[in-house]
Amino acid sequence: MFHLLGVPPQALFGQLLIGLINGSFYALLSLGLAVIFGLLNIINFAHGALYMMGAFCAWFLLTQFGINYWWALLISPVVIGAVGVVLERSMLRWLYKLDHLYGLLLTFGLALIIQGLFQNKYGSAGQPYNIPASLVGGFNLGFMFLPIYRGWVVIVSLVLCFGTWFIIERTKLGSYLRAATENPSLVQAFGINVPRMITLTYGFGVALAALAGVMAAPIYQVSPLMGADLIIVVFAVVVIGGMGSIMGSIVTGFALGVIEGLTKVFYPEASNTVIFVIMVIVLLIKPAGLFGRAG
Amino acid sequence: MRTHWILASLLALGLGTGSAHAETTVKLGVLSDMSSLYADIGGPGSVVAAKMAVEDFNPAKNGMKVEVLSADHQNKPDVGSNIVRQWIDVDHVDAIVDVPTSSVALAVAQVVKEKNKVFLISGAGSSDLTGKQCTPNNIHWVYDTYALAHGTGGAIVKQGGKTWFFITADYAFGHALERDTADVVKAEGGKVLGEVRVPLNTPDFSSFLLQAQSSKAQVIGLANAGGDTINSIKQAAEFGIVQGGQRLAGLLVFISDVHSLGLQTAQGLTVTTGFYWDLNDKTRAFAKRFAALDGGKYPTMVHAGVYSSVLKYLETVKQVGSPEDGVKIVNAMKASEFNDPLFGMTKIRVDGTALHDMYLVEVKKPSESKGPYDYYKVLATIPGDQAFRSLAAEKGECPLVK
Repeated sequence: MFHLLGVPPQALFGQLLIGLINGSFYALLSLGLAVIFGLLNIINFAHGALYMMGAFCAWFLLTQFGINYWWALLISPVVIGAVGVVLERSMLRWLYKLDHLYGLLLTFGLALIIQGLFQNKYGSAGQPYNIPASLVGGFNLGFMFLPIYRGWVVIVSLVLCFGTWFIIERTKLGSYLRAATENPSLVQAFGINVPRMITLTYGFGVALAALAGVMAAPIYQVSPLMGADLIIVVFAVVVIGGMGSIMGSIVTGFALGVIEGLTKVFYPEASNTVIFVIMVIVLLIKPAGLFGRAG
Repeated sequence: MRTHWILASLLALGLGTGSAHAETTVKLGVLSDMSSLYADIGGPGSVVAAKMAVEDFNPAKNGMKVEVLSADHQNKPDVGSNIVRQWIDVDHVDAIVDVPTSSVALAVAQVVKEKNKVFLISGAGSSDLTGKQCTPNNIHWVYDTYALAHGTGGAIVKQGGKTWFFITADYAFGHALERDTADVVKAEGGKVLGEVRVPLNTPDFSSFLLQAQSSKAQVIGLANAGGDTINSIKQAAEFGIVQGGQRLAGLLVFISDVHSLGLQTAQGLTVTTGFYWDLNDKTRAFAKRFAALDGGKYPTMVHAGVYSSVLKYLETVKQVGSPEDGVKIVNAMKASEFNDPLFGMTKIRVDGTALHDMYLVEVKKPSESKGPYDYYKVLATIPGDQAFRSLAAEKGECPLVK
């Protein structure tokens, strides 16, 4: 069989699959971020901290109330989504008319505060959270051992991503939302409650982040630092995909996951940086992003 | 009238100089990773341990005044050495304490040598700190990569793990640990099938574990620490590495890591440690006192090392009289063997290594553990002169060994 640069094909397929799995996390997180930026014009730096809160909520539910993973998948996004609604109502809504920079600074500050509070209480090593019993184990695919749980993550991510894209781009509700962000006063004149729609949209974006957090809890440690680790990469994904484009961030999330996976095979020391190298190249050639609409 | 003034001022001068003469001021700087992957190994706990040592030394009774400063080096050598430079130049700090992350420790060691202060190393692991890059101002207290390689690595090779694949943290510590363990493997007739270098603080090891799996090595050596080790072990369980027949060797594991993994995942791991809280009454008393001050967390061997090194340093400063000359203090600390409250009989060698017993332990099964942090069973005690690299072997490397 052929060897690509010294790597046997089995190892390569295995790495591609793992890249796809990582890409599904990037896609899910960048989806929430793209929804919030694309529709609300807020650069939500608190996204990583809210993702972390989603994971902690699931851990808290398990250790304090004995509520298992499946219920946490439903409860945690609702709870953290509500937190997001409170944040939006109390702090973010004053910033819509201002420059993007203010939203960035406010959410960045919020992220630092939230992360600091959690770190103060829980340290940094992380809390254990086990994979739910029905998803333990894996399939031996021949070229690699695929844990069932990771396959589940890919499926959920694909379903959510395309579901969200469909709602926003193809349904009436989505079209109201898109119109409301382009011209709020006109849409409001038609009788649609624009501020409430915007609040709920922010809550939805946050709920997506929290859901990603619950899904991440069994794989990565539930640690106060888990958001900070991912948020920078997710921002790069959104920038490359085009900051307003939902489809762009989904496709880019998966694609970059695969590219990062390939880098880990051929030159692992660069795996941290390859996404940013691509971001720099894209910004130089097409600043609006690969799928973005300029202006 | 004038004589009155002259007499009064002479009296005031006499009284004034009298009180200022009595106290020696000593300043300690605890430099650690306060917020990232090594924060539970050293971090704020190291500051707690240092303050406990100061309290036990009782500066007032010894005519001294001791101040403890602390800072976060964020695992960056430039940040660490800048903080130390400022501490010594501006704040007149006399000793630097802890410093996990070997790349930072190596950078800080050069600054401490240049300024002739004392470096009490507990957190960092690279054996180069007392080898190729030894200085007359370094004291390496708790463990080093050579001791880990020979303790854990040697034990696993003897049990039949002949072929190895390394997952290595891509910086000074990881490289040193991989190199020292590979030497042990080869010396015992084993073979290193490959290695993969992973950036520090990586959350996802799935790709690297897959490479380790396809190498078909009997043992996967984890040449990393802290959050990296925790993630590697957790994800290895997910990918069925152990069920597939391969064995994981956690070359550097702390009790805080085991606490984070949970006994269900960590059981059976073989670990080399310089300290365990449940060894004797003195260590147990220390642990209970520490836990009360550190939010219920029990001390790691790094915390124990910070306590012991600070206590011995302060006692030596009292003996010498002043903390000014770093090399003089370090030489006084190297003078003779002493009975350390936490590490037992300890001798600080000419190259800076503190020789004391190391322990080969195994992580208990969940059923064997009777309480929080009751995690280790001691398999063997490795005497100090066998655990660390011999002076004869150091000869070509460290210029202090003649």
